[in-house]
Amino acid sequence: MERLTAPDRVEKAAEEASELTVVQVSEELRLDLENVAFGLYSPLAGPLNQGDYLTVLAKGRLACDLPWTIPILLDLTEEEASGFSVGDRLALAQDGERFAVLDVQEKYGWDRKTHCERVYRTLDPAHPGVAKTHEMRPALVGGCIEVFNPSPGKYPRYRLKPRETRFLFREKGWRTVAGFQTRNAPHIGHEYVQKTALAFVDGLFINPLIGRKKPGDFTDEVILETYEAAFRHYFLRNSATMVTLEMEMRYAGPREAIHHAIVRKNYGCSHFIVGRDHAGVGSYYGPFEAQEIFEDYPDLGVTPIFFRNFFHCNRCGGPQNDKICPHGPEDHVNYSGTKMRSLLLEGKRPDETMMRPEVVDVILRHKEPFNP
Amino acid sequence: MSDDKVTVMIPRELYTKVEEKIAGTSFTSVEEYLVLLLENEFPEEAEYSEEEEALIRERLRKLGYIE
Repeated sequence: MERLTAPDRVEKAAEEASELTVVQVSEELRLDLENVAFGLYSPLAGPLNQGDYLTVLAKGRLACDLPWTIPILLDLTEEEASGFSVGDRLALAQDGERFAVLDVQEKYGWDRKTHCERVYRTLDPAHPGVAKTHEMRPALVGGCIEVFNPSPGKYPRYRLKPRETRFLFREKGWRTVAGFQTRNAPHIGHEYVQKTALAFVDGLFINPLIGRKKPGDFTDEVILETYEAAFRHYFLRNSATMVTLEMEMRYAGPREAIHHAIVRKNYGCSHFIVGRDHAGVGSYYGPFEAQEIFEDYPDLGVTPIFFRNFFHCNRCGGPQNDKICPHGPEDHVNYSGTKMRSLLLEGKRPDETMMRPEVVDVILRHKEPFNP
Repeated sequence: MSDDKVTVMIPRELYTKVEEKIAGTSFTSVEEYLVLLLENEFPEEAEYSEEEEALIRERLRKLGYIE
């Protein structure tokens, strides 16, 4: 369900918001709240109230028992939170620009340690999600939002709302759609996974994550341009489409895999591809935990498609996976993102069995293809 | 039973298997589980007014998603 102000009410809503107490939020939180308003985080209506927050931590579900694994929180300083009461309406702003109103339902405190243990399953400050949690402010506010001034997004050309993607899928005649989350330029292994899924569904929905990522990840521009090249040269015209998702990575592994699946369901996907170590970082999660967690969510409403290890087999002469290839490790070459990145950083071309030449051309055209 | 519900018969063996599958999960009944499976199979289609449909179609065309 959308929580956007109707176009004919925007001017009045902005005027009303100019007279409200204002609280400033970060760019990342604005994106999260806009995702609520677009319907991407359905069934959320705003930042979590305490009851939902506690059950999300304890069970990975909202208080009404619907699946929800990543807390969406509005954090403020104690001083900011003391400036208004439950029942008030606030204006939310980012860099001084008012973009939404929030009807305050609750103010409450929280415990960062419990939060990190439950969401990230570690207290290690080297984990990017844990580090981010420690930067957050002590007072939480729950309530319902309405966005009257959504940001245009970093790539307006690729930013669609769920009502638009659902319409798009219908127009294309896609009854079943597999969502593919990515923060990488595509290599042959990705293409193999995507096309294997595509053999069973009507359409492929490539959904790159735009937002804060870790150093060494491909830049957003490179991800979009490399997929454009891959579509142009290696996909049937009406079989795949790409829409950006503006949302930061939490690197919460299994929990984030469920979050990603819920978002793709809201876009209208019937299936969601989950690979090895989905949304993981370092060695905080087992390589297949992000797949195993789906056992706990039979009511998710989107069907996961799991892929285990995939690699190039020299004897088979192409991409394979460990369920179908009879040959041993001596014949297998892993699609190592790290190795391909090192080559590309030196301006060298990965082998054509690893990455399409058109994709390599795009990457090498960029002076800085990786996040600093 | 309310008028908007109907009874469907399923083999007892299958019923028992479902009962075992949902034990310890958030499902409180076999019926709840089967209804969810069927809802996933037949999802509600989003509805659009003629005006909204025209606006979305135009935007998707401009962005190159449809012709």
